Amino acid sequence: MTMEISNAKQVINIDAKLTERINELLSHYPADKKKSALLPVLHEVQDAHDNWLSIELQDKVAEILEIKPIEVYEVVSFYTMFNQKPIGKYMFEFCRTSCCAIRGAENLMDYTCEKLGIKEGETTPDGMFTVVGVECLGACGYAPMMQLGDYYKEHLTKEKVDEIIEDCRNGKVNLH
Amino acid sequence: MARKILLEHANIPGIKTYEVYRQNGGYRSVEKAIKSMTPDEVVEEVKTSGLRGRGGAGFPTGMKWSFIDKKSGKPRHLVCNADESEPGTFKDRFLMEYIPHLLIEGMITSSYALGCNLSYIYIRGEYMWVFRILEKAIKEAYAAGWLGKNILGSGYDLDLHVHCGAGAYICGEETALIESLEGKRGNPRIKPPFPAVSGLWANPTVVNNVESIAAVPWIVNNTGEEYAKIGIGRSTGTKLISASGHIKNPGVYEIELGLSVDEFMNSDEYLGGMMDDRPLKALVPGGSSVPILPSHLIYKNAEGGDRLMSYESLSEGGFQSGSMLGSGGFIVYNDTTCIVRNTWNFSRFYHHESCGQCSPCREGTGWMEKVLHRIETGHGREEDIELLWDIQRKIEGNTICPLGDAAAWPVAAAIRHFREEFEYHVRFPEKVKNRDHFVAEPFEKVRHLVAKQEI
Repeated sequence: MTMEISNAKQVINIDAKLTERINELLSHYPADKKKSALLPVLHEVQDAHDNWLSIELQDKVAEILEIKPIEVYEVVSFYTMFNQKPIGKYMFEFCRTSCCAIRGAENLMDYTCEKLGIKEGETTPDGMFTVVGVECLGACGYAPMMQLGDYYKEHLTKEKVDEIIEDCRNGKVNLH
Repeated sequence: MARKILLEHANIPGIKTYEVYRQNGGYRSVEKAIKSMTPDEVVEEVKTSGLRGRGGAGFPTGMKWSFIDKKSGKPRHLVCNADESEPGTFKDRFLMEYIPHLLIEGMITSSYALGCNLSYIYIRGEYMWVFRILEKAIKEAYAAGWLGKNILGSGYDLDLHVHCGAGAYICGEETALIESLEGKRGNPRIKPPFPAVSGLWANPTVVNNVESIAAVPWIVNNTGEEYAKIGIGRSTGTKLISASGHIKNPGVYEIELGLSVDEFMNSDEYLGGMMDDRPLKALVPGGSSVPILPSHLIYKNAEGGDRLMSYESLSEGGFQSGSMLGSGGFIVYNDTTCIVRNTWNFSRFYHHESCGQCSPCREGTGWMEKVLHRIETGHGREEDIELLWDIQRKIEGNTICPLGDAAAWPVAAAIRHFREEFEYHVRFPEKVKNRDHFVAEPFEKVRHLVAKQEI
């Protein structure tokens, strides 16, 4: 829950398709309550920008919603799904809360990290994979599991993790 | 087979789509309510049903509805709490993923009862694919005329949208959820004013759990009186239970309240008993926030009476020997589980999820996590157990929202029921260095090491 400022450069591209989607989201709230659309809009903007939000991009969102930049910064730094620095193309988010932990999530996360040669929270040098431990994702009965993009990968085993890594490398995994 | 109300149609192929849902009697409650009932009559039915909030607190839904301020003339809102984040709970996701139109039907009927013209479903951001399922279902409902202007020619207008969070447990607390829906950090508000008077954009607002809203169509179709006949005592109706942990058949189950815990745990219709037939060690019956129960208090209460799946029975004995039904997040632990490690795990969760507004919670959850971590990793001190007790006691009741209590209770219950396990960790640090220390040698087998110290 801290604000991080990344020096990495991000190309900002709010294209016609994204603008249309943002306008659709804005239509869900009263005209004088544009700020309410902040979370859904940030999700869409992040998805379209390599899954992270630079300060410049956050400023752009503030401009679109006609709010102050600080109102965006404080939200981005509060919610765990918003990334304030570049991350791997494929982010493996392992649930490690109780129900997953007792079904082997911690050992499986260690296995994944070892296989990719990184520590929890790190990204592979080629920018392909990030592994993080997160708190309960609401899939307790299907443990162990991870989130990958918009989807859940459940009932995981070492073999399934191997397969998922292979599929990512071969571009066979849809994130959104 | 037990009676199904919410999941009655869950296995019908294509029930996710509007056509199939409608063919199976979907949206009848909207027709009935709008064409033949006044909004207050719908509220009365829900009151009569005895339906209690399914998110965890168990507050009567009809009563909550009757508090909404209809006199101020301000616009009113119904917000569905689909921010399901309580560890052990995944029932709302099942409902929304497989029968999205049931929630939408419930939202329309309930919004009509409350006189709301603009309602929202707030879903946790991680359930992004479910968010898209709901978006699609809402579009179908608009196209079929169940949403929008002049529904069924009645003059009643309703707009319904789905809104996504972005990874914050605290947004399941209703005032934090409202803040988040306003595009802010999820910091809970001080009550009063209650949302029923001043909620979303300072308008009167009711926040209800997915499962509560999804029960409304059945209640309207079949009357509150019929609903109240199901269940036991003040625990009326059916409840979705999310079962996880060391059991044969994890998953989401709909049960009639009043089913015995023994039958739920061991019958093949439900959980099918313990995974690998290992001994049962502990149970968290209602999501991570409720007190953990040791094996001798699971099937029977302290007086020897049968423990039932109901609000009252699970809390029999208070916190000394009982727990709570909570959200129905039923987590089962076998003898290989380390209670200290599990308690540390929960404390880490609450520390991570504390919004940081109140010092007792912001600091206290962090201290508990640290102290538990050092005990678990073999660096604990004898006085740490008292220290933990002291910290949790000072958090409980001293925070704006119940997250503080939710963080304190699991620690208190673990110490209350499993104190010797904490002592074992402190006295035999070498034996707990390995993460899976009770897998090879369950605590039952090494208990004598603690007993010898004459505690």
